[in-house]
Amino acid sequence: MATVTEAPPTPAPVAPEKKPPRKRGRWTPYLLLLPGLLWLVVFFALPVIYQASTSVQTGSLEEGYKVTWHFATYWDALSEYWPQFVRSVLYAASATVLCLLLGYPLAYLIAFRAGRWRNLIMILVIAPFFTSFLIRTLAWKTILADGGPVVGALDALHVLDVTAFLGWTAGDRVLATPLAVVCGLTYNFLPFMILPLYTSLERIDPRLHEAAGDLYAKPSTTFRKVTFPLSMPGVVSGTLLTFIPASGDYINSDLLGSTDTRMVGNVIQSQFLRILDYPTAAALSFILMAAILAVVTVYIRKSGTEDLV
Amino acid sequence: MKTTEETTKAGGGDVRLTGISKTYGDFTAVHPLDLTVPEGSFFALLGASGCGKTTTLRMIAGLEEPTAGTVHLGDQDVTALPPYKRPVNTVFQSYALFPHLDIYENVAFGLRRRGIKSVKKQVEEMLELVQLGEQARKKPHQLSGGQQQRVAVARALINHPKVLLLDEPLGALDLKLRRQMQLELKRIQTEVGITFVHVTHDQEEAMTMADCVAVMNAGRVEQLGTPADLYENPRTTFVANFLGTSNFIEAEVDSTSGDDIVLKAGGGKLVLHRARASVPAATGGKILAGVRPEKISLTHADDAGEIPEGRNRITGRITESSFIGVSTQFVVDSPVCSDFEVYVQNIDRDPRLAPGAEVVLHWNPAHTFGLDAAQDIDAGVETVEEEVA
Repeated sequence: MATVTEAPPTPAPVAPEKKPPRKRGRWTPYLLLLPGLLWLVVFFALPVIYQASTSVQTGSLEEGYKVTWHFATYWDALSEYWPQFVRSVLYAASATVLCLLLGYPLAYLIAFRAGRWRNLIMILVIAPFFTSFLIRTLAWKTILADGGPVVGALDALHVLDVTAFLGWTAGDRVLATPLAVVCGLTYNFLPFMILPLYTSLERIDPRLHEAAGDLYAKPSTTFRKVTFPLSMPGVVSGTLLTFIPASGDYINSDLLGSTDTRMVGNVIQSQFLRILDYPTAAALSFILMAAILAVVTVYIRKSGTEDLV
Repeated sequence: MKTTEETTKAGGGDVRLTGISKTYGDFTAVHPLDLTVPEGSFFALLGASGCGKTTTLRMIAGLEEPTAGTVHLGDQDVTALPPYKRPVNTVFQSYALFPHLDIYENVAFGLRRRGIKSVKKQVEEMLELVQLGEQARKKPHQLSGGQQQRVAVARALINHPKVLLLDEPLGALDLKLRRQMQLELKRIQTEVGITFVHVTHDQEEAMTMADCVAVMNAGRVEQLGTPADLYENPRTTFVANFLGTSNFIEAEVDSTSGDDIVLKAGGGKLVLHRARASVPAATGGKILAGVRPEKISLTHADDAGEIPEGRNRITGRITESSFIGVSTQFVVDSPVCSDFEVYVQNIDRDPRLAPGAEVVLHWNPAHTFGLDAAQDIDAGVETVEEEVA
């Protein structure tokens, strides 16, 4: 600060009086930005650059890796692991849709109908976060256990026949099937859907509902023409907050799935930590990042949320 | 429920509230209320905040379900109909324009919901009526408060409702714009001939715009009438104080002769015409004699002899005077009332009329009105001061 506030040596006697306060004001925003920028540089920008360089290295663990601009790693990784990519997108998209279908009515209820129960329901939505992600996912292992009450009930209702026909489950098992992984993803990311939805629904002036009703809109039309369009910012951020982490997730597939449900996150994890093929792991990470970025860009453009906020 | 009288006497488009009331738990927002709004009239519900006027309006709109009673629009009992099935439209206090739709679509909303396909002509005409043709493709937040208000009116009027309900529609506008919009709304009402029910806390607004005003207080209608009738013949102290300013003298009935009631107050005598007393006068009974400040003349005590016979008089001393251009407002301390307000037009100003001067207040007895003495003299006063500010 001291260097900033010092006036330049000028012969004019008025200059030192006028300049200091203005200069201090000009630098304040940058100073306030500094901690955040430092954090981003150290924990985001540098690792990204490091990973980028890793992805174009060749060599082995014993001899060490060197940057050889070997871009073929990208192509090799993609051609070998594309099924896991496709699966990641499919599972994450399914979980996102399920989260939206489950979360929207709940968020609507909390925002408009819960009255004095609002805070209690909010706490219940957030409560799972008090337990670790891992333990919550392991709990689903018990819930969906073979011969357990849930599987038994689904079997008795012949739901499993349908899901098995669709390829979501196998035989009379739910565990170790795509359905189990999607269920786990849905459960784990549901609060990330509900919270932004609630925030945007809660901001809607209830008088707009009254106005729509007053202008001959049935409750269902009011929802379609007023409430839902106005909640689009919440829908977009909720789906992004669910889809992005879900597509990179590996815990759910690891604990609830099988080798047939491996997602790209599982591949990256094993490449990094078990096979120790760092270039392939880094390349996969970059492909995933690029894919998500592309999907998100298209999605935001299509949903036209810039207009709404 | 329906009596023969109701079905035969109902006007084509009158709004009739019969025994309508609304309670929230222990709190009664609207006491059982009967009200008829004649078709084509500009009707104002006037009262301070929390008096039940907005609740009454919302019950007509169907946004609030009455605890008891019925709402009729013409011959149709709409009490059980949801808002989207009622042929009424509302201009909301905050306008409640749809922020995601442009002005054109806001105005077209009601038509589209009723399945009307070609809305272009009607929407454009309506936007012309409210002088917003240029703004059709703007979003509500891009318009000024006055323009938003006009969109809200257009959005409601385009549906040709039987009744247009206006809930404090001018409350958010500044004074100058409010005056302008009052005239504008009055013009539109005359032009389209639709019944307007206008809720306001602004007595001046109600008097300027409405053909008929219902003054509400604590969930009840205090008095109903034309603005002039309410002003000249208030039947309660609340109405007398809420609409304009009134001076009250606590008096005792001395004697009655023909159409006149002679009152005794602070040693003097006042005359009240029987027709203007809202309570029966019995000799020895108490009565509140009221008079509006602008009806009173002020004469310096030295000239008391020049006051014609037959006028009500009171003596006092000026405590305050404030010059406000067209008139001078005096506060006079008199034995019958410690702060008598007098507005004197600035035609020939008497320089002796200054604080401390002994004066005689006198007025035509016909301007005295008599009210039931068993009520709060100051009812409705605080609210008036709040509104003036």
